[in-house]
Amino acid sequence: MGKKVAIIGTGQTNHCSSREDLNEMELVYEAASAALRDAEMTIAEIDAVVLANMELFEGRALHDMWCGEGGGAFMKHSFKISTGGTSGTSGAISGYYHAASGLFDRVMVVGFEKHSDGNTSAGMALTDPFWDRHVAAAAIGNFALSVSEYMADRGVTQEQSAKVAVKARRNACNNPHAHLQMPDLTVKEVLESPVLAYPVHRLEMCPQSDGACAIIFASEEIAKKRCPRPAWVRAAVTRHDHIYLGEVKNRLATMRSLREAARVAYETVGIREPLKEFDVAEIYDPLTYAEIAWYEALGFCKDGEGGRLIDDGITQMDGELPVNPSGGVISTNPVGASGTIRVAEAALQIHGRGGKRQIPDVNLALATGYGVYCWSDVVILSSRPD
Amino acid sequence: MNDNGEKMVLAGKVDLPFSYSAGKTASRFFVELRDHQKIVGKRCPRCQRIIVPAQLFCKECFVETDEWIEVGPEGTLLTFTVVYHKENHHPREAPLAYGIIRLDGADTSIVHLLGETDVAKLEHGMRVRALFSKERKGHIMDINCFRPV
Ligand SMILES: [Zn+2]
Repeated sequence: MGKKVAIIGTGQTNHCSSREDLNEMELVYEAASAALRDAEMTIAEIDAVVLANMELFEGRALHDMWCGEGGGAFMKHSFKISTGGTSGTSGAISGYYHAASGLFDRVMVVGFEKHSDGNTSAGMALTDPFWDRHVAAAAIGNFALSVSEYMADRGVTQEQSAKVAVKARRNACNNPHAHLQMPDLTVKEVLESPVLAYPVHRLEMCPQSDGACAIIFASEEIAKKRCPRPAWVRAAVTRHDHIYLGEVKNRLATMRSLREAARVAYETVGIREPLKEFDVAEIYDPLTYAEIAWYEALGFCKDGEGGRLIDDGITQMDGELPVNPSGGVISTNPVGASGTIRVAEAALQIHGRGGKRQIPDVNLALATGYGVYCWSDVVILSSRPD
Repeated sequence: MNDNGEKMVLAGKVDLPFSYSAGKTASRFFVELRDHQKIVGKRCPRCQRIIVPAQLFCKECFVETDEWIEVGPEGTLLTFTVVYHKENHHPREAPLAYGIIRLDGADTSIVHLLGETDVAKLEHGMRVRALFSKERKGHIMDINCFRPV
């Protein structure tokens, strides 16, 4: 077991489809500066910088090289984590490991993506050249494959899926950083939006956003001194499943990597009834159906009951377990930052700095990451160090 | 000096060649496809799974596969989608149907295009068959697509 570590500050840019006022490194700078302000720290106090980004989406290789200085990496220990959609959570987990090792006392993690620079085409066109590129249609198509299988298997309905989209975009209205804020969105509008890939509609998918998010991890002594209510990292687990789609049957329904990561994390913290014990969850929902599938994989309900959770309002702001008060990835998706935002939003809820999206009395918060079709991260934060 | 608020956006385009090595195992898979219109997998000596397309090692047991086994060319369509949006990197024009196919005799599945059918007739669990291309080059597209039996 590593040393005790807490998140003492977070910062985000305002996310939108195109931040033409800032180039990519400046986006990183904006988020890093906001986190330093939140933690009441100076860059001189930071010992290590971890960067997280999705490869190639902006048509630039080696983002740590081109953007690291925006995170204050000049003359510091610094490197990059790039694991697709999980980059942001894996980056946060890496930041935690740095501090938990006892080798670094104050670690800054910055996840970032400037989607508008390149769309997703570069990353998506450069998938495996032998088995994928000529026969598959990248992220949306590959999601749609697993969605159609999941619907057939579990009986989840289009209406239940659309309700997730409505919840997300309404929650986003309470989050000044969110990209898609749609207070009046209806189930009907979601289902009347164009079908991108059967059975997935445009409004059921995440957007592509420009944005960055930073988190500051601190050792026990510093956290207690510098933060009135630190968000202690109680578990941080990563699991990777097969990448080739043909090797994972019924991917969305089984989601072995998320189930295994959650099992290990819950065991570490001693969680038996996640729906009752967590006060809030920020889960990585690349599209509506995934959120419902993750309810099941995370043990919020039994398999096949995910749709009921959304029907019954269990995961709404005033429900038993509010899921994604921030609006989630469905509302805001600067990919390399999306996972970092999940961890930052979970920490924010424990810090009590959630503003209009604050859930009362949060002591235990869950954050998850999802990447590259079958990879998962699970992070559990608590108001108590043990 | 006044800032008129104008923001510059620079257009960029990169066109670069790559040459990807398939390795000996995938090479034999492609040769079988090209020369004999056969789809082949390899068996893992530990878990006994027949892995298709053939792979050098079993990723779950982390040991080298040994026996070569022919599978298909018919199989079961586990799932499918029809893509209606257009992207430069998509392999064919929309509407583009593709799916995950469990070939008869295999324990893993293959991802490929679905064709020669009305997309409205696609169903989970339906039987499909590989349609080989007339001109074959040792490439995954030596299978033109899978079509309903
Ligand atoms: Zn094996």
